[in-house]
Amino acid sequence: MNQKLALSDDILLKIEKPERYIGHEINSVTKDKSKVKIRFAMCFPDVYEIGMSHLGIQILYDMFNSMEDVWCERVYSPWLDLDAIMRKEHIPLFALESQDPVKDFDFLGITLQYEMCYTNVLQILDLSQIPLNALERGEDCPIVIGGGPCVYNPEPLADFFDLFYIGEGETQYERLLTLYKECRASGLSRVEFLRRAGKLPGIYAPRFYETAYHEDGTIKSFLPVEEGIPAIIRKEIQMDVTDTYYPLKPVVPFIKATQDRVVLEIQRGCIRGCRFCQAGQIYRPVRERDVETLKKYALEMLKNTGHEEISLSSLSSSDYSRLPELIDFLIEKCGTQHVNISLPSLRIDAFSLDVMSKVQDIKKSSLTFAPEAGSQRLRNVINKGLTEEDIIRGSTMAFEGGWTRVKLYFMLGLPTETEEDIRGIADLANKIAAAFFETVPKEKRVNGRVQIVASTSFFVPKPFTPFQWAGQCTREQFIDKAYLTRKAISEQLNQKSIKYNWHEADASVMEGVLARGDRRLGRVIRRVYEKGGFYEAWGEYYDHDRWLKTLEECGLSADFYTHRERSTEEILPWDFIDCGVTKEFLKREWAKAQREEISENCKVKCQGCGAARFGGGICVETAR
Amino acid sequence: MRLRVKFKKYGPVRFIGHLDVMRFFQKAIRRAGIDVAYTGGFSPHQIMTFAAPLGVGITSNGEYMDIEIHSITSCEDVRKRLNAASVPGIEIIFTGLLPDHAENAMASVAAASYTVRFREGRAPTADLSAFIPDFLSRDHILYTKQTKKGARELDLKPGIYEFTCSGGGGCETPSFHILADASSAGNIKPIQIMEAFLAHCGEVLQENALLITREEIYTRAESSRLISLEDMCCQS
Repeated sequence: MNQKLALSDDILLKIEKPERYIGHEINSVTKDKSKVKIRFAMCFPDVYEIGMSHLGIQILYDMFNSMEDVWCERVYSPWLDLDAIMRKEHIPLFALESQDPVKDFDFLGITLQYEMCYTNVLQILDLSQIPLNALERGEDCPIVIGGGPCVYNPEPLADFFDLFYIGEGETQYERLLTLYKECRASGLSRVEFLRRAGKLPGIYAPRFYETAYHEDGTIKSFLPVEEGIPAIIRKEIQMDVTDTYYPLKPVVPFIKATQDRVVLEIQRGCIRGCRFCQAGQIYRPVRERDVETLKKYALEMLKNTGHEEISLSSLSSSDYSRLPELIDFLIEKCGTQHVNISLPSLRIDAFSLDVMSKVQDIKKSSLTFAPEAGSQRLRNVINKGLTEEDIIRGSTMAFEGGWTRVKLYFMLGLPTETEEDIRGIADLANKIAAAFFETVPKEKRVNGRVQIVASTSFFVPKPFTPFQWAGQCTREQFIDKAYLTRKAISEQLNQKSIKYNWHEADASVMEGVLARGDRRLGRVIRRVYEKGGFYEAWGEYYDHDRWLKTLEECGLSADFYTHRERSTEEILPWDFIDCGVTKEFLKREWAKAQREEISENCKVKCQGCGAARFGGGICVETAR
Repeated sequence: MRLRVKFKKYGPVRFIGHLDVMRFFQKAIRRAGIDVAYTGGFSPHQIMTFAAPLGVGITSNGEYMDIEIHSITSCEDVRKRLNAASVPGIEIIFTGLLPDHAENAMASVAAASYTVRFREGRAPTADLSAFIPDFLSRDHILYTKQTKKGARELDLKPGIYEFTCSGGGGCETPSFHILADASSAGNIKPIQIMEAFLAHCGEVLQENALLITREEIYTRAESSRLISLEDMCCQS
């Protein structure tokens, strides 16, 4: 047993949840330091319970540790209590398994899952005692590499990373690490390694690129500054999702993580093509995992973890072709073993209601619909193929089956949205309540009523979506829209059955700035961090005015990045990335959105998005 | 059938809190493939009882948990399988079946023994062992307990069954042996005794000064004799 702890007993007894920092969890991997060549610290820049719930890191952790000469360990953001102590006592940030300082590692990999964690990235670097700016790092510093969905526009973080890995991690890391070993063996410098790494597929080395700007602040050019550095970087993709790495022995935390269950990723990608959704574009094409393999994995992972729940993970589980077979198998095997089955992202229909009635307590569970927009017109704009009829029919069936709770998710501020569309949210919620009263006779109503919870978030345009050119609403517009929604709901006949929740508008504005931002935002992120900003994905630590003021100090404005509608001719900060889906396709979809035309999903008709060039997944299956 | 499991807790995992140790065992039992019994209803859980929660940071050579099981290969086989499903620092050292009418682990607890030492540099310099006879001969050992509702005065005296010291002369740090009431009605913590003892010696207990190990948990057998919870088992 590794008895060593980076933190003293005095500290561990003083802070909240010391278990976050001691490692030793079941299935965590310990190796003999003297026998490995590469030490890799894999970081999720948020608190342990959130980071430990992330499947991607578990996959990479398993992959790296399957390499004999690599030892991959985990790092999470210390919570504020420990953060303060580490700064005061100059304790360097450490990895959980060995408890060794991160600064002594070869690599520090940071996954970027959401924009509001960007200041936490700086906290990680700072506590690790690694210079924040990549250009200031010496030969002894770890190579700092970023991955995850936010690297589809890495530019706001370009100053702080040595490399970005664009796409799915399964494919290029082995090559990258081999290159690293070769460079080290032949005594090459850090910069030379980065130069060579930047020529590998999917690897972006930001220091070898330069951006020039027009006077109006838009990009004039974005080019490599050295011969041989690629101008375009294509995303990496694991085409065979069955014959690849999967963490059959995921780490099981002692404290309850957000995701306290076995997670079975059944497929990657989504056939739907909702125009607001980045995941629906960047993970194309859809690739299904073999159902027999999944069955085997499910049993093995339950055995290896002892978890009492299993959850299927994908962007749209109902679209997995072998779903009924897989669920039947799980119900049969899990029922006898006291394992709960959780099925997020299911479309509500007769099949899913039947399944849900078998695996959930109907009295306690609720039904979830994500119409995203209140009117059919606007649902056509965003290409959300869910009709009012679908929702009313699904709800009616559910009410007949005994459900009494319905959750509805909407977005406010979608392109072309009018007051009518917003009123449609209230109208739809009212119609669902009316369907309940029509369906369920008085004497059968549990507690006498139905509960409908309508939640709205604010739409933030993301790179590589057909809405990447769209103007985002201002904070004031967002708030007006939320008030209008609330008012419209309060005017409904069944308003007593409808509860309305809305998100804060402030953070959505900054999320929008960072999502479509450029390199100049690096200074802003750094200054906000230096003024004490981190953990800003946690509402209570988010300071909107600090961001606005800092933007102003740096001569930038939020509106430039958010509110401004971009021309399709403009050079976008992320144009150097090729995510498989072509710009031509996105332009077509943007035009169709404005004409309120829908596009059929990949299973019905290929829309020629460009992902077919990867030569697999749904693109090949449909063509057959 | 009820199976009693005795385990040690040491090393870095001493920082895992009681509720998380329970969660750990729920999963470990499943990993070990033990035929554990569940409660009924829509959210069934394993039928499991712990003797006494152990404070965060305290190590132990004698923690107990009872689980209800449907069937068993052998106690030794279960012990081995649980250890294979465990982490370094949580080590199962005994498993045994309880007689049908035996009280469960939690209800049985009457006393617990501890070894207490000082962390380096946090021991008073005086020879503390000399103060023990006088300390134990007092009629009352009053201790003010701070609770959320305010301060409450306790008399520790009736609950201190044994209190001895070894070492402590010269360069050696003293090691205290404590046997004290651990029943739900009169539980006394070793830190309370040490605080009262140091006050008696005219010393002050520094923050986090103590290294505490729980050694054993006892129940009252016939004629109020103390026996370990392990000894309540009829078969092992």
